[in-house]
Amino acid sequence: MAYDYDKSLRPGKLPHIWCPGCGHGIVMKGLIRAMDTCELDRKNTAIVSGIGCASRISGYIDACTLHTAHGRAAAFATGVKMAKPEMNVIVVGGDGDGTAIGGNHFIHACRRNIDMTYVIMNNFIYGMTGGQFSPCTPTGDKASTTVYGNPDPVFDISKLAIGAGATFVARTTAFHATQIDKLIAEGIKHKGMSIIEVIDDCPTTYGRRNQFRSVIDMMKRLKDMAVPVAAAAKMTAEQLDGKMLTGVLHKEVRPEYTEQYAKIIDLAKSA
Amino acid sequence: MAKKVALLQGNDACAQGALYAGCMFFGGYPITPSTEIAEVLSIELPKRGGKFIQMEDEIGAMASVIGASLAGSKSLTASSGPGVSLKQELIGYACIAEIPCVIINVMRGGPSTGMPTGPGQSDVQQARWGTHGDHATIAVAPASVQEIFSETVRAFNLAEKYRMPVQVLYDEIVGHMRERIEFPEAGELEVIDRTAPTDSPEDYKPFDASKSDVPPLAAFGSDYKFHVTGLNKAADGFPTTKAELVDAEERRQISKVEKPEARADIESNEEYLTDDAEVVIFAYGSTSRSARYAVNELRKEGIKAGLFRPITLWPFPENRIAELAKQVKAIVVAEMNLGQMLLEVERVAKGTCATPFIGRVDGEPINPGQLIAQVKEAL
Amino acid sequence: MSSRKAEIEIIERYCKGCSICAEFCPTKVLAMDAFVVKVVDADACIACMQCELRCPDFAIKVHKN
Repeated sequence: MAYDYDKSLRPGKLPHIWCPGCGHGIVMKGLIRAMDTCELDRKNTAIVSGIGCASRISGYIDACTLHTAHGRAAAFATGVKMAKPEMNVIVVGGDGDGTAIGGNHFIHACRRNIDMTYVIMNNFIYGMTGGQFSPCTPTGDKASTTVYGNPDPVFDISKLAIGAGATFVARTTAFHATQIDKLIAEGIKHKGMSIIEVIDDCPTTYGRRNQFRSVIDMMKRLKDMAVPVAAAAKMTAEQLDGKMLTGVLHKEVRPEYTEQYAKIIDLAKSA
Repeated sequence: MAKKVALLQGNDACAQGALYAGCMFFGGYPITPSTEIAEVLSIELPKRGGKFIQMEDEIGAMASVIGASLAGSKSLTASSGPGVSLKQELIGYACIAEIPCVIINVMRGGPSTGMPTGPGQSDVQQARWGTHGDHATIAVAPASVQEIFSETVRAFNLAEKYRMPVQVLYDEIVGHMRERIEFPEAGELEVIDRTAPTDSPEDYKPFDASKSDVPPLAAFGSDYKFHVTGLNKAADGFPTTKAELVDAEERRQISKVEKPEARADIESNEEYLTDDAEVVIFAYGSTSRSARYAVNELRKEGIKAGLFRPITLWPFPENRIAELAKQVKAIVVAEMNLGQMLLEVERVAKGTCATPFIGRVDGEPINPGQLIAQVKEAL
Repeated sequence: MSSRKAEIEIIERYCKGCSICAEFCPTKVLAMDAFVVKVVDADACIACMQCELRCPDFAIKVHKN
């Protein structure tokens, strides 16, 4: 049978707003499959997003959905999770939303190790506003505000998450569709802050400014740049130049924030 | 039975009022002179299963409050001028998405860092217009420790009843003042909870105003699944750019607060010796305490002075001020800023009486002597 | 019962014509017809599901036989 996405989608919302070839739709399908794998009760699941193309995912999936302000999704989600720790909390958004305007909320949600799954779609650009450079735009690349080439160094989102304290960090690409749902599902099952970075394509505002002739060129690039962690271990630094590690990059066990707070409640009540 | 009494600081009374109202979530960020509210709630909330979180910044604090409220908890944040400036983005979000929450602003001077340990009343227009876009505002201004308690309870009630953010503004003097407070018994003050939906989860529309201009709000994690956005939206909560829907929604969200029945419910003023007054001092917060003293002194000299003290700053008490403007020779406006509520008094008085002004922004309170001199000059 | 491995359903009103499905189909079952994808060789389908998985637009359903 074809996969039944319809039961997870709000009726009448398709076709979605994304441009032809944009990977956000592929990621959204992966997220739905992961939610199915984990048998998440949609009534007890909050999907929280910020502002931008990727953040529009919250409008399509039938659950408790919260489309917040630019960059603030992780902080809204923290409030939801604190108030109702029994809820499943999933955050979705883009690279600019999550690491520029929302950078502070992102790193502190990682530091707390609060139990949520953050799917961050990194397409190297601010797409919705027309292609301005983000903290993830490769140095030297073209954007509408870096016509002479991007002078900024780049954030590695997964490294940022690991450094900030997230206890599950994984990366894949929009091309690797079957890996998307597996990693998101693993993140959902993980107790603590899970970051799933999906390297994504924006053909409209990034690709055409940066010598990608088509969506297919971009997809091939995603395919070529991805190196599974295990394979990378056998490769030289030279061979890994320009590549992107994929798979589970980091996993550790550390106390989860709402469980820690539950202990504080016990302590305060007994005091 | 004797009432429970205590000598309490204003900020402590605010925290106690929040607990009385049923607050179960506080998200904040440290800032003088409001920090004691967070400190008290960090101790008291977990005792009753509530949640306290110190967020990474002021914006995050406001975001967490909205998230927690949407998950069904009565939620509070507290800050001061610079912090409330940062929160404005999401106060607007709470307005358009109609999320009940309470924001305490213990006012200091400004702009910017200003005088962190000095009092001010210069955020009263920020409370009204600080976030962008047209919206209604409810803001209250208690003037004593007892009133901080009761107005915090009332702020929660108004937030829940009208499904929106409500701001409590008091200056540093009242916030750090210690006074005797009588704690109301449980049930003595009204406590209002938000209206739960009666529609089935299948039929529920979070912004359906066909039955009430304050649509019922379901909670995340209940039987209801719904969408919330900061975009202009239709009754079902999904974004729309249809002109007539956007227009109707914006107007409804303002009229739910500003229509006459709502104003009568929300407005609260204290009048002192205004019946026969020839001059009235308009003052709120700690300034009103100096004004009351001045009125008493003026009365001893046979001068018919009175005090009008708005407890609800927004919506502004337009009708009563318009009446008083016809009755008196002057409304003396006194506030610790350079003429913010004065603009409202002038707007409403429309020149029917004089509106002399006393403002201070030097971190010192307005003293009775200044007020007495100004009243005499006005007559 | 068809001998085909799968029936491919294209929901044309969702298809935005990105061509990812056709490009990465290992057996060239799909091809672009202007801005919409078409099934051009249904018998060649091996039911690998890659077109359905990678369609960003929810426009392809692969019904395995």
